[in-house]
Amino acid sequence: MNIQNLEKSTWFYLCITLLLFILPMVITERSLQFIIIQIFIFGIFAMSYDLLLGYTGIISFGHVIFFGLGAYTTGIALDRLGATIGSLVIGAFIGVLLAAFVSLLVGMLTLRLKSHFYAMLTLALSGLFLVAAEKWRPMTGGNDGFTFRLPDIIREPNHLYILCLIFFVLIFFGLRRLTNSPFGKVLMAIRENENRTTSLGYKVVYYKVIASIVSGVVASLAGVLYALSLRFVNTGVFATDLTIDVLLMTIIGGVGTLIGPIIGAGLVELAHHWLSSLADVHWIFERWIILYGTLYILVVIFFPLGIIGTIRSKLAGRNK
Amino acid sequence: MGVIMETKDVTVSFGGHVAVDQVSVQILERKFTSIIGPNGAGKTTFFNLLSGQMKPTNGSIYFKGADVTKRSATERTRLGIGRSFQITNVFPNLTVFENVRLAVQSQAKVRYQMFAHFNQYKQFQEKTDEILALVFLQDKANSLAMNLAHGEKRKLEIAMLLALETELLLLDEPTAGMSLEEVPAIIDVIHEIKQQGNRTIVLIEHKMDMIMGMSDEVLVLYHGELIAKGTPNEIVHNEIVQSAYLGGGG
Ligand SMILES: Nc1ncnc2c1ncn2[C@@H]1O[C@H](COP(=O)(O)OP(=O)(O)O)[C@@H](O)[C@H]1O
Ligand SMILES: [Mg+2]
Repeated sequence: MNIQNLEKSTWFYLCITLLLFILPMVITERSLQFIIIQIFIFGIFAMSYDLLLGYTGIISFGHVIFFGLGAYTTGIALDRLGATIGSLVIGAFIGVLLAAFVSLLVGMLTLRLKSHFYAMLTLALSGLFLVAAEKWRPMTGGNDGFTFRLPDIIREPNHLYILCLIFFVLIFFGLRRLTNSPFGKVLMAIRENENRTTSLGYKVVYYKVIASIVSGVVASLAGVLYALSLRFVNTGVFATDLTIDVLLMTIIGGVGTLIGPIIGAGLVELAHHWLSSLADVHWIFERWIILYGTLYILVVIFFPLGIIGTIRSKLAGRNK
Repeated sequence: MGVIMETKDVTVSFGGHVAVDQVSVQILERKFTSIIGPNGAGKTTFFNLLSGQMKPTNGSIYFKGADVTKRSATERTRLGIGRSFQITNVFPNLTVFENVRLAVQSQAKVRYQMFAHFNQYKQFQEKTDEILALVFLQDKANSLAMNLAHGEKRKLEIAMLLALETELLLLDEPTAGMSLEEVPAIIDVIHEIKQQGNRTIVLIEHKMDMIMGMSDEVLVLYHGELIAKGTPNEIVHNEIVQSAYLGGGG
C-alpha cells in the first residue's frame, strides 16, 4: 500500500459520497428513502461492530447495549424535554456519554478474560439491559415503547436523510483513518497474535478498552439515528435479534474491512425488505426468515471470507 | 565488566516436574553467551523466566541491578529485554513490512496515535527498511508473513527483535526446524549483530558446533540444572558435560 493508492481510493469514496447526497433528488419515493436511511444507520452500527470483531478480534454479543442506550436517551429526551434540536443534542450527548462509560466499565472488568468469557458476559449484560428496559416502564414504556415527535427541522424526510448521511460519511472516514493509524495497526496485531503484541511492549488491555469505547460510542450514534428514523423506541433496540443482525451484516460483507459491513448492512436490509414484500406473491415468502437463512448459507458457502474479503483475495491471487 | 542480567536460584516447576532448578547465572554486558543442553533441558523455560513470559516458583531475577522478578513481559521489553521465540511467533495476516513496523512503532512515543495516518511516520518506514536489509528480507517486504518459507520466518522473528532496540537479545534456537541451506543466512545475521558490538546476546542452541566459534561464554543446562559454565574451550573439555550431554549422543 502506498500513498498514491490511498488517495485514489479516497477520491473514489468522495465521489460516492457526492452521489449519495444527490440521491434523494433521484429517488423521491419515501419508502425507498427510508430503506437507504436504514442502510446508513445499520452501516454505522456494523462498522462499529467490525472495529471489535474484524480489527481487534474481540467477540461481543452485547453490542446492542450501546445502540439501545443511544436510541432510548434520544427518544426520552425528545419526549420529555420537547421536540427541539436542543433536547435532541442533550439526548444524543447523554447516550454517547453513557455508552462510553458502560464500555469503559465492561472493558476494564472483562477484557482481561479469555475471549469466550467476554462473549458470554456481554451477552448476559445485554439481557440485563433488555430486562431493565422492560421493567422500567415509567421511563421506557416497557415492551410497547413510546412514540415521540421530531424537531421540526428534521421532520422533513430529506433533512433526516442528509443528517444520517453526514454521520455515516464522517464516521466512515473517521474509522478509516483510525484503522490506518499506528493505533489501528496495533489493534490488528492484537487480532493476529495477542501474546506477541504484548511481548513487543504494547499494553494490550488498554488498546482493547479504547477500541471498545470508540466502538460503543459509534454504536450509540447509530442508535440515536435509529430512534429518529422510526420516531419510536421500544425494547427491540436491546434485543438479541439485533445482535445477530449486526453479526450477519459484518460476516456477510467481510470482517476486517469497513466497506464490508456497509455492504452487509445494505444486503441484509434489502433482503429484509424484498423478501417480506414477496409475501404478496406467494405464501411461502411469508416465511421470509427461512429464505433469509438460506441466503445467508449461500453467501457463507460462496464467499467464505465475506463478500469484500473474497473479492480481495481473488484479486490478490490474480496479481501473483 | 558489567553484569546486565542475573538470576539467583530461580526455580520453576510444572506440577511436580521441576523444569528449571535453582539456576544462578550472570549474563555479562556486551558479551555473547550461549545456552546449550539437550531437548527438554529447560532452556526455553529459562528464557521465559528472563523475559517475563513465566514467573519463577522461587528465586529472583535482576536486570541492570534492579529486581524484575515481578515485572510483566511488557514492562521487561520496555526495560530492554527483547526475545525471539523458538516457535515462530509473528503476525500471519500482516505483511513482513507491517510486522517489523509494529516492532519499530512500539519503541516510539506514538503508540496510541489514532488520528494520523501511519504513512506520515517516515522515520518508521526508514527504520523498517533498514532492519529488513540487515536480515536480508527486503525482497519479501510486501509478502504476508504466513506465506514465508520457514527460514524467512525465522529471519522476520529476528528482525522484529532487532527493531525493539533492546540492549539484551534473547534468541531461542533461531535455526530450529531450518533446512541446512537456510542455516548459514541466519548465522550471518547473528554475526552481523555481534559485529555491531552494542548488544548483549544470549543464544539458545543445541547444535554445539554452531555456537563454539561465536560465544564468549557457554552455559550448559541439563534436567533443569546448570551443570557447567565456561569458555567454549572449557566446555568442550569439561568431563561432566561430556558424560551428561556430548557423550549422550547429542
Ligand atoms: N508450560 C509448560 N507446562 C508444563 N510443562 C512444561 C511447560 N513448558 C515446558 N515444560 C516442560 O519443561 C521441560 C523443559 O522444557 P523446555 O524449557 O521447553 O526445554 P528446552 O527448551 O530445553 O528444550 C520439558 O520437560 C517440558 O515438557
Ligand atoms: Mg526450547
